[in-house]
Amino acid sequence: MSADWPFGNPVLTASGCGGTGRDLAAYGDLSELGGFVTRSVTLQPRPGGAEPRIVESPSGLVNAIGLQNPGVTAFVREELPPLVELGATVVVSIAGHSLGEYAELSRTLGRTDGVAALEVNLSVPDPVGSGLFDAREPFQAASVVGSCRRDLRAGVLLLVKLRSDVVRVVETAKAAVEAGADAVVVGNALPAALPDGRPGGLSGPAIRPQALRCVAEVARALPDTAVIGCGGIMDADDARAHLDAGARAVQVGTALFHDPTSAFRIARELAPEPDPLPGEDDA
Amino acid sequence: MTGPVHVTAEVLATKTLGAYRHLSLVAPGVGERSRPGSFLAVSVDDGHLGRRAFWIHRVAPMGGHRAVVEIVVEERGPGTRALAALPVGARVDVTGPLGRPFALPRDPARCLLVGEGYAAAALTSLAERLRERGCGVRLVLGGTDDAHLLEPLAARRSVGQVEVAAGDVTAAVLRALPEVDVVYVAAPTATLRFVAGAVAGSETSCQVALERPLTCATGLCQGCPVPVLDDAGDPHVVRACVDGPVFRCGLVDWEALG
Ligand SMILES: Cc1cc2nc3c(=O)[nH]c(=O)nc-3n(C[C@H](O)[C@H](O)[C@H](O)COP(=O)(O)OP(=O)(O)OC[C@H]3O[C@@H](n4cnc5c(N)ncnc54)[C@H](O)[C@@H]3O)c2cc1C
Ligand SMILES: Cc1cc2nc3c(=O)[nH]c(=O)nc-3n(C[C@H](O)[C@H](O)[C@H](O)COP(=O)(O)O)c2cc1C
Repeated sequence: MSADWPFGNPVLTASGCGGTGRDLAAYGDLSELGGFVTRSVTLQPRPGGAEPRIVESPSGLVNAIGLQNPGVTAFVREELPPLVELGATVVVSIAGHSLGEYAELSRTLGRTDGVAALEVNLSVPDPVGSGLFDAREPFQAASVVGSCRRDLRAGVLLLVKLRSDVVRVVETAKAAVEAGADAVVVGNALPAALPDGRPGGLSGPAIRPQALRCVAEVARALPDTAVIGCGGIMDADDARAHLDAGARAVQVGTALFHDPTSAFRIARELAPEPDPLPGEDDA
Repeated sequence: MTGPVHVTAEVLATKTLGAYRHLSLVAPGVGERSRPGSFLAVSVDDGHLGRRAFWIHRVAPMGGHRAVVEIVVEERGPGTRALAALPVGARVDVTGPLGRPFALPRDPARCLLVGEGYAAAALTSLAERLRERGCGVRLVLGGTDDAHLLEPLAARRSVGQVEVAAGDVTAAVLRALPEVDVVYVAAPTATLRFVAGAVAGSETSCQVALERPLTCATGLCQGCPVPVLDDAGDPHVVRACVDGPVFRCGLVDWEALG
């Protein structure tokens, strides 16, 4: 662990997949994860979308949560303190409707104790429908990163989460890093549709090969930038594939819905030395 | 020892119960922590990522530190079909006990339990607990037809007064309501809605076990929103799996609930 890399091990939760943290803590010690990434937080509260919000798809899920969150003020007051108390290394995911909102979110969260990093969500599956700032083009992504960087306290890591679209991801990653991102997360749920035609995001093993391809391309193109791989990681072998492709860490999302202990187990299995069994440490 | 655990369970016994499949699972830690109204979630296979939720029907002590949990499965889609076909000795991953259980009355009260279909399983241990507390217990047991009535004979043995109402429970409920203080309902949403409407504005307190389509069942995914109205009448969205599935019926915003 160091000032420029706050994550004690390479396994983090993925945004929006660990509840408020308290829920996940029933199944493992949050301090044993590299980090806990919150759901994306916006300036104002959002009630979230209509039902169904999540449906199964072969080896995947399609979700349309609609970025339900209590807004940054309530988040800082109610959700952050328990996370810190539980020992989590907290990464706050943020999403904004405008550059001004991104700046305000970074300013607010950057001066809040207990925030180790911000993760700018530039890859919601349906930015237009969500009413978010449209960061489809690399120059737009760069301006968001610039707005966040300007107001962010030193010592808080700035991550940028990109879509695992192999056509655009390298270009977007470069733009984000030039604008001041410390690391890139590749990637998010992929744009998809629910059976009723509403926009949603596809996650889970169904997107794993695609995420892996993008991680490899970004790691190759930007060898000096830390890449965090995300997409369909279900077990330690999947995580190792990302690390072997050049990722410095991984995020586990959908797997937690299938098995709430999965991220903890992957972290343990990737640890260089197996933990001593309880009672054996002073033998 | 209050939180849920995620364990690999073993199928100890199976049987057919009318239209349902009944499974006894050795699931260490799940039964011991279970309370009336608790449920558990099963992982089917890696191709089906969502969990399948089941009321904990009974908990049977098994010696040692193990307890057996029993569930009632109605076949519906791929997950419940796979579960119903499990042989003795098969293993499945299970998380439980989950959810906010029924609240018991502080003092002995006259209680009405309304159970319809497999959901009546949620009331089995509740009835026992209420009787232990000296409550009068009356059960309206419903189901679409006789095969979908859950264990009417066992219910007659363990509950004072049972009214079996295959087809439609509403008339039986309306008959019983004036004579009780507390109502517990585990049934399809239409019945919950009906009972909530019937007790609205009265002194009768009412709790409903609400089933919503769940994905993770553990509070992580925000996929099971329930619209509620707080005491001031302000709307909020909570999660069915961890903030419920048991709700005070006056809390739920029945109009906004799809
Ligand atoms: C708290 C709770 C307790 C339940 N208890 C029982 C029980 O004791 N016995 C029983 O037979 N059934 C019970 N159900 C319903 C049962 O969970 C669903 O029928 C089952 O998940 C359907 O899975 P499937 O693969 O067969 O069908 P599919 O329709 O293919 O399921 C696809 C997905 O939708 C979800 N889903 C679909 N319908 C429902 C539903 N009605 N409720 C919740 N999730 C759903 C599934 O979990 C799965 O993720 C309960 C549901 C809840 C919420
Ligand atoms: C229900 C659900 C909610 C999500 N919410 C967010 C979110 O708020 N912000 C975000 O950046 N990503 C969100 N994601 C995307 C995940 O963080 C992750 O990037 C994606 O699901 C791919 O990884 P996975 O296959 O391991 O789930 C969400 C995914 C799901 C399934």
